[in-house]
Amino acid sequence: MTTELLTDITIFVLALLVGFEVISKVPATLHTPLMSAANSIHGIVLAGAMLIAVTANNALGYILAFVASAFAAMNVVGGYVVTGRMLKMFRRTRAPVAAPSAPAAVAGSADGHGSGGQA
Amino acid sequence: MNTFDWITQLLYVAAAVCFVLGLHLMNSPASARRGNQVSTAGMALAIATTFALVIHAGTVSVTGWIVMLAGAGVGAGAGLYSARTVQMTAMPQLVSLFNAVGGGAAALVAIDDYVRLAGAAAGVPEATTITTVLDVLIGAVTFSGSIIAAGKLQGLINAAPVTFPGSRVVNIAAAAIAVGGGIFMLTTPSVPFLIIIILAALTFGVTMVMPIGGADMPVVISLLNAFTGTAVAMAGFVIGNWALIIAGALVGASGSILTKLMADAMNRSLSNIMIGGFGTGDNAPVAVGPGGDVRSVQADDAAIQLAYAQKVIIVPGYGLAAAQAQHQVAELAALLEERGIEVSYAIHPVAGRMPGHMNVLLAEANVPYPQLKEMEEINPEFPRADVALVIGANDVTNPAARRAGTAISGMPILDVDQAKSIIVIKRSMGHGYAGIDNELYFDPKTSMLFADAKSALTDLIASVKTLVG
Repeated sequence: MTTELLTDITIFVLALLVGFEVISKVPATLHTPLMSAANSIHGIVLAGAMLIAVTANNALGYILAFVASAFAAMNVVGGYVVTGRMLKMFRRTRAPVAAPSAPAAVAGSADGHGSGGQA
Repeated sequence: MNTFDWITQLLYVAAAVCFVLGLHLMNSPASARRGNQVSTAGMALAIATTFALVIHAGTVSVTGWIVMLAGAGVGAGAGLYSARTVQMTAMPQLVSLFNAVGGGAAALVAIDDYVRLAGAAAGVPEATTITTVLDVLIGAVTFSGSIIAAGKLQGLINAAPVTFPGSRVVNIAAAAIAVGGGIFMLTTPSVPFLIIIILAALTFGVTMVMPIGGADMPVVISLLNAFTGTAVAMAGFVIGNWALIIAGALVGASGSILTKLMADAMNRSLSNIMIGGFGTGDNAPVAVGPGGDVRSVQADDAAIQLAYAQKVIIVPGYGLAAAQAQHQVAELAALLEERGIEVSYAIHPVAGRMPGHMNVLLAEANVPYPQLKEMEEINPEFPRADVALVIGANDVTNPAARRAGTAISGMPILDVDQAKSIIVIKRSMGHGYAGIDNELYFDPKTSMLFADAKSALTDLIASVKTLVG
């Protein structure tokens, strides 16, 4: 056992506690974006994947570097983009123009939006 | 440590701070987008720092650069494409897939480190072996388990609990080999053993998720998310990188909290879910409640009830999403609101295929988030509601949960039965997941509108419009 490992464990435990504290305050409404955001955060493993390339000098190392980079990059890019896409949909008021996939709503509720749409 | 090491370490700490702040800002829908931006900035910083580290090391061969950049390019492209095109109903599959690749990448990082150290003269330090074994085991289980979960959600694999004769034995054997092999490696560093435990862990991931039914997926996804976080943290231990440790711990905490919330909301223990088989529908029939008559109603009458109410609470379940009727329900709600009726949505924690899934589906249908109410928040409001409109939700509205001795006793439910009147849109009197009668349907205040959710809502919209003139 080394002091390095001890430091790492300390950081891990404290980060875990911070995580519990911060995340228990997230409302249930946002649990899907939360999970997706957490998903993108673990995409940090891309840093580890890139560091494989530093020591890679044979076929196995290169294959591992390639696959790990691909996996992690997919995780990080996809995670952040999809989280952003979801959060964009959470609005305080109904959007001025109804979703194009529900054309009937546009016709049916156009009058109501003039007065109450822009809060 | 030289100056360069100091700076890179501090930048990693700054990235970790961004992750924590980003998650903190998710405590309200108003600030959540800012949170995602802060988190993204942290990630960009961490990646840029790593780039600097890689360049500074100066040992990367041309081939090394090519494979790294090509891999990242391919992955980023795939991630971007799937994130842009995914349907909101398919979000659980995508999250599962990202869990799989995250866990897989974490395992690969450890595998590479171990193979390299095993080839070196100094051998593998014991501390590295422990964290490597943990990383590889958790990462491999997450990888195969998440892929099976995604396949089940996508309908590529039978969503029902899948078991075969001896599947339990295979499951236990895989776990035993993985753990036993890991312990053996502590005393005898060995690459062949590493391969054996990888294969055993991959097998365990498959046999762990296969017997779990579709409706238990919110728990499974949360658990696999926690696993991925832990695997990434272990990868941080292996390569001595604090950013990975902190980020992994945050995700581990998030996944654990969600796992517990989901299991509690289903009134089941984690072990009960993991052992599986609940959804097979062969659990002993439980003594039914009052029984009695069911009152059926037509769309016209239901529309009158809705149109002359003052307060309406909509109770959506996964059936609503399965019928793709989110837009119709939002349209009906908008119509009622124009008449000055107060409309809100009562969302049970397990409504959907992942935690909070129903909220996203309704937000996509243009429902303002202040109308989306959590169970604790909305339950006291039911006695004031003139109409509770239940669409595609079943067990979570069953008052039998308040009594002892039923299959769902103790499960937290929405107090729908306390509303002044109740309209239930449902195709038949079929049972929910728990396989018992819903006593709500026999309540004298309840009228049943027997129809598919989408067509029933379309009829209701038409009728309300006619009434309003």
